[in-house]
Amino acid sequence: MAITTTSSLPNAEARLGVQEPRSAMHYALRRFRRQRLAMVGLVIVTFLLILGFGAPLLAPTDYREASLMDANRFPGGEFPLGTDTIGHDFLTRVMFGIRTSLMVGFAAVAVACLVGIPLGMAAGLRGGWTDFAVMRIIEIMTAFPGLLFAIFLVTVIGSGIGNIIFVIGVTSWLTLARLMRAQLLTLREQDYVSAARSMGATDLNIAVRHLLPNAVAPVIVAITLAIPTAIFAEAGLSYLGIGINEPTPSLGKMVSDSAPYIRIYWHLGLFPTLAIALIMLGFSFVGDGLRDALDPRQN
Amino acid sequence: MGTSGKGLAMGQYIVSRLLGLVFVLFVVSVVAFLLMHAVPGGPFAPDERGRMPEATRMAQMEKYGLDQPLHIQYVKYMWNALQLDFGVPFQSPTETVTSLIARAWPVTLKIGIPTIILSYTLGTILGVVAAMRQNSWVDYVVSFMATLGLVVPNFVVALWLILFFSVYLGWLEPGGWGKPQHYIMPIVAYSLTPMALVARYTRSAILEVLRSDHVRTARAKGLAEKKVMLWHVGRNAMIPFVTILLPEIPNILTGSIFIEAAFRIPGLGRFFVTSTQTRDYPMILALVLLIAVLWGVTYIITDILYTILDPRIRLGGRSNS
Repeated sequence: MAITTTSSLPNAEARLGVQEPRSAMHYALRRFRRQRLAMVGLVIVTFLLILGFGAPLLAPTDYREASLMDANRFPGGEFPLGTDTIGHDFLTRVMFGIRTSLMVGFAAVAVACLVGIPLGMAAGLRGGWTDFAVMRIIEIMTAFPGLLFAIFLVTVIGSGIGNIIFVIGVTSWLTLARLMRAQLLTLREQDYVSAARSMGATDLNIAVRHLLPNAVAPVIVAITLAIPTAIFAEAGLSYLGIGINEPTPSLGKMVSDSAPYIRIYWHLGLFPTLAIALIMLGFSFVGDGLRDALDPRQN
Repeated sequence: MGTSGKGLAMGQYIVSRLLGLVFVLFVVSVVAFLLMHAVPGGPFAPDERGRMPEATRMAQMEKYGLDQPLHIQYVKYMWNALQLDFGVPFQSPTETVTSLIARAWPVTLKIGIPTIILSYTLGTILGVVAAMRQNSWVDYVVSFMATLGLVVPNFVVALWLILFFSVYLGWLEPGGWGKPQHYIMPIVAYSLTPMALVARYTRSAILEVLRSDHVRTARAKGLAEKKVMLWHVGRNAMIPFVTILLPEIPNILTGSIFIEAAFRIPGLGRFFVTSTQTRDYPMILALVLLIAVLWGVTYIITDILYTILDPRIRLGGRSNS
């Protein structure tokens, strides 16, 4: 925020730069590919997607399958990541945990988009009372601590995967709505919009033809960066014991379950935390890369 | 625009912001109150075991005023809250909410205050060093650590610290509270994220100021390099520091639920979870109000410092130069 207020000049240059519709996407792709971290992120994310969504096919066993005979095995041999205290194959558990994380992350962000984007669009396009109402809702929700609100909602509607998706979704649409609105507000004042209006274009036409396509890039970046945040929220709630419960494997729950045994069975804590860190890093690298690639200031 | 005129404007500004804070507190308390009571059930709702006889239940409801209409409950609670009486926590009926918070908060502060000091000093140093040696290996190491600190959840870091220092090296106890050694890992785990934020923003702020016109002018007119760095660069580099990092302080002071869970610290954080789970209405409201006040006050202080540091920014968006 401070940076944009102190330097308005690069912005003006940037606006000149984006108005080359044919080559913008091409340049963005090239900028993305040139960033090493973003490419590393892409590799990590691809690997995790295969591991997670391929879990039903690739995992050594079913995630509910446990044999007490094989409980508390250290990593190696038959069990590459060991087994847990009731004899689940830990590689299977971690793979299905990644799958849960990804599912919750994508679905929660989808919910956030369904709430945030229409509200932000309504506020930015219609202005007036709609804008006032939406902005006040956002302000009040910002004043209310997000995690506390999420915990609260979970105790109201109960835990479980569907409810967790809903709770994370309805507590994380604020950024998207605010961004959408801000985009539309700046774009509305652009010369080409005035030009279109003076040529007799209707409001709907202007919104669909001129405003939305230009507002898309930063929103895509925000959506990409919202995914790791949602995944973090799920891991956190499950870590506190109010998120996803057995039998669905959740990485956060696995971390907190490992606490009593950590002194001996270190693998129970290490592998789920590594998986969480990898997910967060992968998606953040891709998101940062996308932002740098799509940011018109990079021209 | 005499000094007294400026002081007056500042006074008016502070008063109007405080009034705004009161309004926000009112809205937040009403929303929290309604949400709490919108939840089906309640602290004394008959559970499936149905242990509590109906007469006892009614007596309990009456004792805590839960049998009265909502708006009366709200007005009563807020009236008492204004006198710092937040009632009796249902989860620990032998004390008051105030004494419960007074007991748990110092524990949280003992982690939070060193966290603020450590993360801010180390983060500033790392950010300055990285900016001064842009694109050197120091810069890359700092950037990488900052990314890790911002992206990896702190309970994950906490577990790695436990695995390394307690399990592998056997130097520290994995958790608990009371001995000085119990402070080390929570403070380190908790410091990483704010430190990363500080380092990242300090770095980019300094780089931006170094390239700006007024620094070039200061150098061109022959000002000593030390003075340029301290006065022009230092002062302007403080702006993102104030706007982005100050709002983190109330977060840190109210404690991390995750850090306190990871290291089994009996602080304020765990009450966020237990209070919502046990429908401890007085405790929930007290916690929400406490956080809202801390945040509100921090935002006001942030905005005031912002106007002092950057003379181009005017109070409340008016151009009264």
